[in-house]
Amino acid sequence: MRTFKLHTGKVLFALAVLALLIYTIFPFYIAIATSFGAGSGDGSLYLPETFDFGNYVSVFKEQPFFHNILNSALVSFATVAISLLIAVTASYALARVHFRGRTTLLLTVLGVSMFPQVAVLSGMFELIRMLGLYNNLGSLVLSYTVFSLPFSVWILTTFMRGIPKDLEEAAIVDGATPWQIITRIFMPVLWPAMVTTGLLAFIGAWNEFMFAITFILSNDNRTVPVAISMISGGSQYEMPWGPIMAASVIVTVPLIALVLIFQRKIVEGLTAGAVKG
Amino acid sequence: MDITSTTTQGATSAATKRSLRSARKGGRAQLSGLSRQRIRTAWLFLLPMIAGLGFVAGWPLLRTIYLGFTDATLSSIDSYAFVGFENYLVYDNGEWYGLLADGLWWQAVWNTLYLTVLSVSIETVLGVLIALILHAKFPGRGLVRAAILIPWAIPTVVSAKMWGWMLHDQFGIINDLFLKLHLISEPIAWTVNPDTVLGTIIAVDVWKTTPFMALLTLAALQMLPKDCYEAARVDGIHPVKVFFKVTLPLIKPALVVAVVFRMLDALRIFDLVYILTSNSEDTIVMSVYARQALIDFQQIGYGSAASTLLFLLVFGLTLAYIFATRLKLDGSGDH
Repeated sequence: MRTFKLHTGKVLFALAVLALLIYTIFPFYIAIATSFGAGSGDGSLYLPETFDFGNYVSVFKEQPFFHNILNSALVSFATVAISLLIAVTASYALARVHFRGRTTLLLTVLGVSMFPQVAVLSGMFELIRMLGLYNNLGSLVLSYTVFSLPFSVWILTTFMRGIPKDLEEAAIVDGATPWQIITRIFMPVLWPAMVTTGLLAFIGAWNEFMFAITFILSNDNRTVPVAISMISGGSQYEMPWGPIMAASVIVTVPLIALVLIFQRKIVEGLTAGAVKG
Repeated sequence: MDITSTTTQGATSAATKRSLRSARKGGRAQLSGLSRQRIRTAWLFLLPMIAGLGFVAGWPLLRTIYLGFTDATLSSIDSYAFVGFENYLVYDNGEWYGLLADGLWWQAVWNTLYLTVLSVSIETVLGVLIALILHAKFPGRGLVRAAILIPWAIPTVVSAKMWGWMLHDQFGIINDLFLKLHLISEPIAWTVNPDTVLGTIIAVDVWKTTPFMALLTLAALQMLPKDCYEAARVDGIHPVKVFFKVTLPLIKPALVVAVVFRMLDALRIFDLVYILTSNSEDTIVMSVYARQALIDFQQIGYGSAASTLLFLLVFGLTLAYIFATRLKLDGSGDH
């Protein structure tokens, strides 16, 4: 009787895990199947009959999708580089130097990450026109950097607090400058946290939509989320689902690869940014 | 005392004491020239961040609030007049006009709140359940943990398109599956039908954001002490009872933080609604309403007023949260 109970427990648990896997993976599987031709015409909705790359070809032929990918990559890498540079120096000061107003400053930084994007939209629109960055990728780098700074600073500050003081004190005694302390002492210990923040900033920039659709006007300058949202057919009722799914798969696969490779790092970052934050 | 100390328990009090101690030490050391120089360098290091946040976040926010009191339009963004509260509410010729008199705005507010409350509640329950599954030991656990990150990593635009396709009234697999399972008798236009559209958005939002909740809960579960579980097992207490009496109270602080984060996130929802149902009035939310006024109707003043109200809502909630956690800290005494 007892073993029976144990077995049903195991079976139920296995079923729960299976249901969880289907729930999380199946939608993306359908996107892949559709991108290869499933669901078009009379074919099965679930399985493409052949591996038809036609949708992938048409995505690159019918819009500047290659350009859009380059734009997204450029904007995302620039965002990561700039926000990491600013965040590392700032978080060193916030974690290691005691000065008046430190807590207030940290809370303000955290407050910025709560901003609804639309709340700064008109002001930022004005700013970007003033700087002559309208329809320029620079507008996106600027806005994404500012929106990724708060959590970058937050994660790196939390991480830097955990580094033992002795290392730094020894360096100070030896007469090292703060910049030397950051580059020689902290960077080697800090890189895991920097990988984490960099990844989160990259994913945020790669996926952003509202600023990208507002500040960029021409097809050639668009980033991929906007490009995908703009793929349309002859009419509202004739959406070209195959190409849309092909484009979706192209932009999502690198992200999924990153997430699978750096799973542990990302989870660390999310929990440091939120649970400890 | 900062937010850090309000959220994690055991480790925090030690950290707080440490920071208090070093703060005192810092106060004493402030007299020395070396330390003063250090503080100067610190501000220098902070300058790029402060300048960036001030210039690209703070300033635009102030401008948005100010523009909300003007009649600026997209075409004449440089010349506008101050109109006081007219964008919010104005009485003219026996009629009320303005944001607060617009039924659609209130619809947007209602939709946003409805969506936030439902979506966050469902994903909290689901997230805790998933976290409990992932906390157990089983072969392939690492792979499953990685797999649940997939919905989180997929761009919202992609997930909106993907679900839009799956929910298609003619070719969508959701209708196909539901028909085969006899859950529905005829295909439903999920994203068009006013009865189903808001629920559909909630379902897609839950799919995308539950991993975040599950992972945060899992992190909290992993920090729990093992000994009280041993004791509970020895005493033969039912696992469900252990969960409600031991686990849940212990992970509550972390859960509250996750819920607050997700709520603030859900209140500004935009991409999903915009892509899945575009400008449908059935699903309009505050962000979509504000952006529509700003860009599509080119009414910078009016749209800024709407943006300001959304900001105030989020800001108020954040303040309330900080206030509540501080009060609790003060009330709970020393630990």
